[in-house]
Amino acid sequence: MKHAFLDQYSYRDSLVHRLDPRVKLVATLAFILAVTATPPTAWPAFSVLLIMVLGIIWAAHLSLMVGLRRSLIVIPFTVVVALSIPFTTAGEPLFRAHLFSWPLTITDQGLLLFWAIVLRAWLSVLAAGLLTATTHFVELLRAMKSLGVPKAMVSVISFMYRYIFVLVDEAMRLAVARDSRSADPDGQGGGTLLWRAQVLGGMIGTLFLRSYERSERIYAAMLSRGFAGEIRTLEDTSLRQKDVLTLAAFLTLLVAVEVVTHIYRLGIGDWGLGI
Amino acid sequence: MGIGDLREMASIVIEIDNLVYAYPDGRQALKGVSLTVQEGEKVAITGPNGAGKSTLFLHLNGILNGDGMVRVMGMEVMDGHLGAIRARVGLVFQDPDDQLFSPTVFEDVAFGPLHTGLPEGEVRRRVRWALAQVSMEGFEERMPHHLSLGERKRIAIATVLSMDPAILVLDEPTSGLDPRSRRSLIQLLRELPQTMLVASHDMRLVRDLCPRTVILDEGRIVADGQTDRLLTDAELLERHGLERP
Repeated sequence: MKHAFLDQYSYRDSLVHRLDPRVKLVATLAFILAVTATPPTAWPAFSVLLIMVLGIIWAAHLSLMVGLRRSLIVIPFTVVVALSIPFTTAGEPLFRAHLFSWPLTITDQGLLLFWAIVLRAWLSVLAAGLLTATTHFVELLRAMKSLGVPKAMVSVISFMYRYIFVLVDEAMRLAVARDSRSADPDGQGGGTLLWRAQVLGGMIGTLFLRSYERSERIYAAMLSRGFAGEIRTLEDTSLRQKDVLTLAAFLTLLVAVEVVTHIYRLGIGDWGLGI
Repeated sequence: MGIGDLREMASIVIEIDNLVYAYPDGRQALKGVSLTVQEGEKVAITGPNGAGKSTLFLHLNGILNGDGMVRVMGMEVMDGHLGAIRARVGLVFQDPDDQLFSPTVFEDVAFGPLHTGLPEGEVRRRVRWALAQVSMEGFEERMPHHLSLGERKRIAIATVLSMDPAILVLDEPTSGLDPRSRRSLIQLLRELPQTMLVASHDMRLVRDLCPRTVILDEGRIVADGQTDRLLTDAELLERHGLERP
């Protein structure tokens, strides 16, 4: 059991944990949609959205620090993806440079847009992280199913969840086996980078082959128990009134934030960037 | 054909005649296996690694199709009968991580009953009953990756018991278990009333559970008889890579 870190928070108990998983899934998707629809310079709107997530993290008895630290993992990815934006957006030049003979210009609008994209990605990941920290994965799967996500897709995600633990264990065993044989008696060992990369490549290949063989055995086990191409599940229970009301309140708040923001922006004229 | 023969025919649940199977790469796994099992018998199938035990088992519910005849409960194992046969033959794989593919124990134990088309109330009743049979009541919402190997082996058996099978086919049910889990699993298997085919090298499991033993080696049956008698034949066991319990 070396993989307990994968779902260590979803067993806790709080008002947020007890909410119907369908409510939490819809609320999270709506929140991400709202974050995406917020204009880049609408700082008050972003602040309200951030306060909403932080408030829910607090209500769920989760650590704010852990939540913030974990959500930062998205920053490097977003920065790489959005890196070209400050240079390619039209606007007032702030900074000019030459990369060899290539002129580079950073514009004010480009920088704002870049910042907005990083901020949106971070807020979205914060919300998604909150969802998985307060909802057990199994419940999330049931929620997807009853919200009409295609069964085949839910099954794929369900298999992924079931077997990621088996795979992690297998990968860890492979790594232990490698390390056990990586003796270094005179401190000169270790091999070249290329050689070590080849060893790692071999391990990944082994893992893939083992998974492939396992998938055939799993399929045989499914066939043995009557699987004939269509996945069947039991129907879900209906939503409680409390859950519906919570969702309604949350969605109303989101819509209000967005409506106010957009009306304000229209009134001022060029408060946003029209993106 | 006398009355006695008819009575014997009626209680035959598995009938295999000259079964031959080669893997897609051409390797011969089964070279003419013939075997008859009566209702209620507990038969051990033993033999060295690669003897063809698992391959033979996969023929009992039509996962593999070799040449020769396989009949289960009077039905020939072929396309039109697969649904009915799979509902009667509960196949438990060696690695519970292959058998338990759902995120929770409940969904895994309910998988068979759901896919044989039972209504919800009956599915829930079957799940409760099957978990009680293997003494794992209350594990419905647990996840397989949080259970011990012994617990997973028991749940794996529950996943086929919930289909109320007439025949249980178990591949290495005790492999990897510590002595205590092993003993309690053998006790559980002894108490189950189903006809049982058990592939194992665990000679103490064979001795304690199965009155009849079949030794398979290189795709052929080399011995078939009373376990007491076969297990005292040290020379026979030695020749086929086995040992006395």
